[in-house]
Amino acid sequence: MSSAAEASGTYPDRQRFPLLGALLADPFTCIALVLVVGFLVTALLAPWLAPYSPTKIDVLHKLQAPSAAHWFGTDHLGRDLLSRIVYGARTALMIAIVSVAIAGMIGLLLGIVAGYGPRWLDGLLVLVFDSLNSLPMIMFALAIITVLGAGTGTLIVVIAATSFPSYARLIRAQTLARRTSDYLLAGRLMAASAARIVFIPLLPNVVGPLIILLSMDIPVVIMVEAGLSFLGLGVRPPTPSWGSILYDGYTSIRAAPYMVVFGGLPLVLATLGFTFLGEGLRDYLDPRLQAGEPS
Amino acid sequence: MLAYTLKRIGLGLLILTFVMVAMYAAVFLVPGDPATVALGPRATPELKRMLTERMGLDQPVWWQIVEFFRNALTGNLGYDVWSNRPVSTLVMEALPNTLILGLTALAAALLIGVPLGCLSVVKRGTIADAVIGVLSVSVIAVPSFVVAIYSLLVFAVALRWLPAIGAGEAGDFASQARALILPAFAIAFGWIGYIARMVRASMMEVMGEPHIRTARSFGLPEWKIVSKYALRIAIIPTISLVAVGLGSILSSAVFVEAVFARPGIGKLITDAVNTRNYPVVMGTVLIMTAIYVSITIAADLLIAKLDPRGRDVFRG
Repeated sequence: MSSAAEASGTYPDRQRFPLLGALLADPFTCIALVLVVGFLVTALLAPWLAPYSPTKIDVLHKLQAPSAAHWFGTDHLGRDLLSRIVYGARTALMIAIVSVAIAGMIGLLLGIVAGYGPRWLDGLLVLVFDSLNSLPMIMFALAIITVLGAGTGTLIVVIAATSFPSYARLIRAQTLARRTSDYLLAGRLMAASAARIVFIPLLPNVVGPLIILLSMDIPVVIMVEAGLSFLGLGVRPPTPSWGSILYDGYTSIRAAPYMVVFGGLPLVLATLGFTFLGEGLRDYLDPRLQAGEPS
Repeated sequence: MLAYTLKRIGLGLLILTFVMVAMYAAVFLVPGDPATVALGPRATPELKRMLTERMGLDQPVWWQIVEFFRNALTGNLGYDVWSNRPVSTLVMEALPNTLILGLTALAAALLIGVPLGCLSVVKRGTIADAVIGVLSVSVIAVPSFVVAIYSLLVFAVALRWLPAIGAGEAGDFASQARALILPAFAIAFGWIGYIARMVRASMMEVMGEPHIRTARSFGLPEWKIVSKYALRIAIIPTISLVAVGLGSILSSAVFVEAVFARPGIGKLITDAVNTRNYPVVMGTVLIMTAIYVSITIAADLLIAKLDPRGRDVFRG
């Protein structure tokens, strides 16, 4: 009887979205969810939300304080600050998704090779992962930028190169744990090729935790992009980036302090949003995990 | 213990070698030679040849690598492409500023963060605990360069309490200390929350252990149990965390030095990256990696010594 009730889904107290319900129960997580969704919507709908073009220069109206025409004022070239911030969200999200996806792909590939391949290759790869992980990240990043030159492409390389080792380690551990499982043994007994075993039964089983880790790294990548663009080593002008907007504000901090105030705000709100959402998710999924280092 | 120490040091040296070889390989994998890249498209052929010779780029690659390591071992890291000053001198001039900044920030974060974490444990379950919890998470999240800019705006530009740029007058301790406050605060900000949170978490675990129950049964006040008996064990994960976090303190220092125009390693290397000054970048990266790797090893050894529970393993 109980199985019939389950199948027809007639349990009255069953929630349709248990995760969403749990997240909305906590006020901080609720605000965080609003911030993160706001960020994503801003990034996706930037052309419709921005009142002006983010790169249109209007020197006659430079460094104007916030007004009805320009809600956040204008920068040193007369560009509308609000529009630049809105488009900056798009830049941040684009770079974050592309670089995290590339890093995840490299990590997945090398992790499986290390976990499933020959022992000597595993030893070598682990040494590479550990060496890269024990480097001071900023020095590694600056070294890559020196060689390749600043730009969006380099930024993606930097983020991928500095973050793939931890993904590879995770996948390697997942692969090792499943190496002796019955379903891989079954595959081997049926004389399936190594490639077939890796792609058909192994891959779907190891990829889950990686996706969680990748999505948790998106805010970290947004900060790295903003930081390097602030130093002038990330996204090149005139592409709007939250980091370069903040830098423009910094250079005219005495003449137009509102630029810095509004330029830093999206970074603060986005980090707070992602962090508290992560906290909420973590409490729901696994209460034992800890938060990451300060950025 | 000796075997462990040697193994860690060996791995550290291996990492350093790996870094330098990888950097050299990267320079030569990139299309276009470094001299052209550094000088830009409008350089004259003579200028280019001069720079190529000065950077040693006319030699075979393997020879350059061998040469670089041999020089590095004797303390010669090459010369600045533009000013022709030795890279080791440049680094040694900048290093004290960055070390003072990082250590001050770390000390401030520990001095504020550890008591806050203890307070959270003593007052666990109260509003004070909840407020500290939320604030800790919030401050961890905000990037240091944003904190730096906002504090610059408030305390240096608007209120004019503290200097906006530089590291203070040479030889004048008061002015150097004043110039240190804002940069150190910007770096410490996130760490205060992180340390408070870590101390609280590891202390809550310790609070359930038998020796705490014994202390409590003796009727000791709660603050004494926390500060004397629980902190001793709970501080260990915090130490390892701080050691691992030195890399992120270093990266914060790079950004914060850029904001406050503080002449340190961060400013040295970002300027060098911007002008594609390869010898300066490589020398700085090598020295900073060496320092970072040695601190990590020292911290690991310190933890092995500090933990009263782990100590017997090495004695036995």
